[in-house]
Formats: sequence, C-alpha cells, structure tokens
Amino acid sequence: MSDALLEIENLHTFFYGESGVARAVDGVSFSVGTGETIGLVGESGCGKSVTALSVLRLVRPPGRIEPGSRIVFEGRDLVTLDERQLRAVRGARIAMIFQEPMTALNPVFTVGEQIAEVVRIHSKTSRREAWQRAVEMLQIVGIPAPAERAREYPHQLSGGMRQRVVIAMALVMNPALVIADEPTTALDVTIQAQILELLQQLQRRFGMSILLITHDLGVVAETVSRVLVMYGGEIVEAAAVKTLFAEAHHPYTEGLLAAMPRLGESRDRLRTIPGTVPPPTRWPNGCRFHDRCPYAWERCTLEHPPLYQIGAGHVSRCHLAEEPKRRADAHEPLVMQRSSRA
Amino acid sequence: MRRYLAARVGQSLVVVLLVTAISFLLIRLAPGDPFSFVGDYAISDAVRDRLRAQFGYDRPLIEQFLLFLGNVARGHLGYSHSMHRDVGSVIADALPRTLLLMGAALVASFAIGIGVGALQAVRHGSWLDRSTSGILLLFYSIPDFWLALMALLAFAYWLPIFPAGGMVDQVMHDYMSFGGRVRDVIAHLILPSLTLALLGAAGIARFQRAALLEVLPQDYVRTARAKGLAERGVVFKHALRNALLPIITLVGLSLPALVGGAFFVEKVFSWPGMGYIAANAIASRDYDLVTGTVIVGGIMVALGSLLADLLYAAADPRLRAR
Repeated sequence: MSDALLEIENLHTFFYGESGVARAVDGVSFSVGTGETIGLVGESGCGKSVTALSVLRLVRPPGRIEPGSRIVFEGRDLVTLDERQLRAVRGARIAMIFQEPMTALNPVFTVGEQIAEVVRIHSKTSRREAWQRAVEMLQIVGIPAPAERAREYPHQLSGGMRQRVVIAMALVMNPALVIADEPTTALDVTIQAQILELLQQLQRRFGMSILLITHDLGVVAETVSRVLVMYGGEIVEAAAVKTLFAEAHHPYTEGLLAAMPRLGESRDRLRTIPGTVPPPTRWPNGCRFHDRCPYAWERCTLEHPPLYQIGAGHVSRCHLAEEPKRRADAHEPLVMQRSSRA
Repeated sequence: MRRYLAARVGQSLVVVLLVTAISFLLIRLAPGDPFSFVGDYAISDAVRDRLRAQFGYDRPLIEQFLLFLGNVARGHLGYSHSMHRDVGSVIADALPRTLLLMGAALVASFAIGIGVGALQAVRHGSWLDRSTSGILLLFYSIPDFWLALMALLAFAYWLPIFPAGGMVDQVMHDYMSFGGRVRDVIAHLILPSLTLALLGAAGIARFQRAALLEVLPQDYVRTARAKGLAERGVVFKHALRNALLPIITLVGLSLPALVGGAFFVEKVFSWPGMGYIAANAIASRDYDLVTGTVIVGGIMVALGSLLADLLYAAADPRLRAR
C-alpha cells in the first residue's frame, strides 16, 4: 500500500516486571491508509491498548518499545525521533481519544483551557485566539452554548459531553490520524451511537484516518472498513469488515462473533470463549490460542502459526489454513478438559 | 459557602475558649505564683498575701476565670507581673516578630518540601529518591529544640557565620542605615527560620511525594503527554496542580506544629517572639501573660486552618460550588 499514512512493522513492546518480561505487543505489523478507518479488536489484555500507546511512544517504563520495531508515519520512523520531534507529532499530527472521559480530562482546568492548551503548544497563537479556536471546536463537536461550556470544569459536564470535549481536544489541530482507544466503552448505549456518528461525521469533514480500538465487534461493524483482530500480543486475523463478518477464518474471531448478542435471536445464555487470555509473561507454546480453541490438534501445541493468506486482503494466523478438514473435528477445548479433570 | 464559614468561625471560638480555660487552670496548678519570683529578695508572707488579694488571686478559681473572661471580652488581657506592662502591649510587640519568623519558616518549609517531594516522585525509586527519603526521615524525627541547639553550635560557634541569637544586633542595630537594619534582621532570621523550615519540610516532602505519585499515573497526565506537552509542563502544570490540593490542607494542619515548634526554637535562639515570652512567662508564673499568649496562639492556629480551607476551595473547582 503506497498511500499508507501509518505503517507499523514488527512492533514489539515489552514490559520488564518482577514476574518476568511481559510481551504485551509481540510482532505486530499493519498499516493505516489516508482517510481510512481501521478497527483493532480483541479482549482485554490482548495488547491493543499498548499498541495504540506505542504509536505515540506513550508507553512508560518499565515498558519499552524493542529495537527493530518501526512505526513509519508520514514518511518518518517515530521510533527514532527525539523527544522534541515527537512532541511536535503528539496532539498535532496524531491525536488520541482515551477511554474514560471522566479521568482523561484534568479536573482543575476548564475544558476551554484544556483545548486551548493544545493550540498554544503547537502554534504561535495568542491566548485569545486559542480560546476562540477552543470555543469553535466545542461548537463543531455539537456542544450547545460552547462559549459558556468552555468556562466550565469537567465535573460540571455529563459523560457524553465530556467525551465530546475529549474529541474536540483531539481534533483541534486537525491531525492526520486519530487513535481512539475504546471511545465509547464508558458511555450509555444511546450516547455511544451519538459519539460514533459524530466521529464519522467529523471524518467526512476533516478527512483524517482513524484507528479505532475496541472490544466491541458491534462498534466495528458500523464504523470501520478493515478489521485487525489481536490475540496474545499478535494480530491473528485481518480482513475487510464484510469479509470478517461473513467468513471469519480464525477460531478466535469465530468465538468473538459467536459471543456477540444479535437482535432477533433468542438464546438462554450468551456464548463465551472458554478460559481467559493467558498472562503476557507466559504465552503458550505453539498457537497462543490453542488451549481455548475447539479445533486444536498436536500441531497447534508445537508449531507457532504464521499469518496465512486466506483471500484478497484476508490473513489468518491458524493452521486450519493448511488443514481445512480439521474444522470438522470440533471438540472441547483443552482448558475445559483440564478443568473438568481437576 | 457563607454558612459554612459562619459554622467554622463558631467552632474556632469554642476551641479558643477551651484552650484558654485549660491554660488558665494549668498555670494555676503549677507550684508558686507571680510573686514567688519578684526580684532577688524574698518577700514576707504577709506582703505576698496582700499582693495576691490585690490581684484577686485569693478568690475561688471559677470566679477568677469568669472575671478574666469578662476582661478579655472587653479587650483587657491583664497585667504581666514579670514585664511590668500590660499583656496586650507585650503581645503587640512580640506577635509581629513571631509572624515574621513563622512566615519565613512557612514559606521556606513549603518551598523546600514541595520541591524535594516533587523531585522524589519524578525520580521515583532512584538512588536520589531513596537517599533523600532517609535524610527526610531523620529530620522528621529530630526534636526541634535539639536541631536548634545543633544549628547554633554549628553555624554560630564552630563556624560563626550567623549571630548566636536575638532578633537584631543589640549594640549596633540603632546606628545602622535602613538597608543595614534589614540585613541585620535577615541575618538573625536565617538560623531559627531554617531550623523550623527543615523540620516542617520533612513532613511536607513526604506528603508531596505521595500525592504526586498518586497523580502521575492518572489518565489526564497521559492526556497531557498525548497533547505534545513537554515533560516539565506535564509534571508541573497538570500533575502538580492536582497534587498540591492535599498539601494545602497540610498548611492548616502544620500551623499548630509550627506554633509549638516556634515555642522552643524561639527560646533557644532568644528570638523575642510569642514563644519566647510564653516560655519565660511560664517560668515566672506570669498568669495573665501565659493565658494571653495561649489565646493569641489559639486564634492564630484557628485562623490558619480557616485560611487553608478557603485556599483549598479556591484551588479545587469541585469544592467551589458547595
């Protein structure tokens, strides 16, 4: 892809803790095209948030981006930039929207001050002009009476309003890429839809690319063009959103889709994937999903699967790509067998 | 807010009344009376009884106390037998000196405490953090009068760079130019205020370090970094502003300790302030001067904690509404 805005190659982000090295992101590569919206999906602990933080190099010690990782953005490798150059990218060219609008805003500054601050950091603007920009931006994100709201503190606004403020703060410098880490998770369902709608509307207006990080496939279905599924610090499947929903290949993706409640379908209980994501200090040998997988056979416990090409723009990290007949032998996952024996 | 303030002022009055009653009683329970120490010569029991009657010290305690309260309400704090002056005028002389010493100590202790605590939090877990923690713990546990004595020994005797006591040079001060007098007072101020400041700073730094360590992992600190703010701005603007909130409460809480500390430190450095005259008043059983200094000290502490509350409300927008 030649028009890639962001190209991540072989990203490794490790945390050096007392219980060993946590390989939170373990060899992730993908790209985001100009104006494109990409979804990054997975359970908690799969490495998606750390991937997002790595892009802006916001991973704090004891976390570290390992040598050999490349994050090429607008033709420059962010991994090699010095602190000054990096700061010019943060908030101006790449902006982040965080999960919790309650805690992402500083409680002791007015929302106007917090938006204007971004303008003041990245451009030579007078205090007044920056404030004007902040008020304007609040209007753009659909906050009524923006001039008055700008003088209020975060605690005086509702959750949905706060998330709009966070979005205004992210977009005020017209960045090329917005990384939205679970932007709607903390909100009511009705507000969620409004915020997603707002993001799409703003994308049409400003033309930025969005990397949307979520655990909610429902959010992905409505908003993105391509989906990356992460598991165990790796990408396990990537496809166009329609392909993924119609013909998911990886058993983990299958599990995620099956776990999604659908309208008009009556079920006594929600389906879940048995077991939990293993700790990143001890990824299992072979396929990292093998003990939770209903198709796993010996090869899966021994041989780490590469990303197999399944179709056009569709890859999957599963040996079923080479031995498709195995899909017929569904069985109880290892993790269940182990727990029933115990 | 106004109702809250009225309630706080009411509470403070009750507290001041209580400490007045306690000190009034305590000093009278101590052996002797103001006339046990008049001059170098002994006075006869007959003369002494007449003096006691003259000042009403022979009446029942409760009557004395009510009389005293009536006088205080009318603005008379009584008579100092050891200074041979009105308690009011003694305190009027001493109070500004103590405020000067405590003000300097307060500013210095918070500047040192906040600075050191912030540095420790930013360098959390480093060699610098651990070694300063040890030093702070030492200062935190040293008794104030001992540190004062050691400071005197070290910087006025072994290495005589500061005057040994008092507030001004007794001989030369009146002959100095205005600038010279200011320098003279500052030279006398440094040792006692620094002694008080170091003791206070140790506690403040520990608080500041803990408060900042709690704030630094917060999401809004990460937001500030993601905005492209330099690390200095992230720590000093976004994190410290939030980490200062609990420290403001500490201003109010540290005042009693500072007033108490000033008591001993003033005595050691012969700084003629409230603590110094109070210490001397107790030694000479100067009843009215003891209670007078306690009342004024109590009012200072109450005002201080009220001020801290107001500062807190000013600094934290979430409290302003209430």
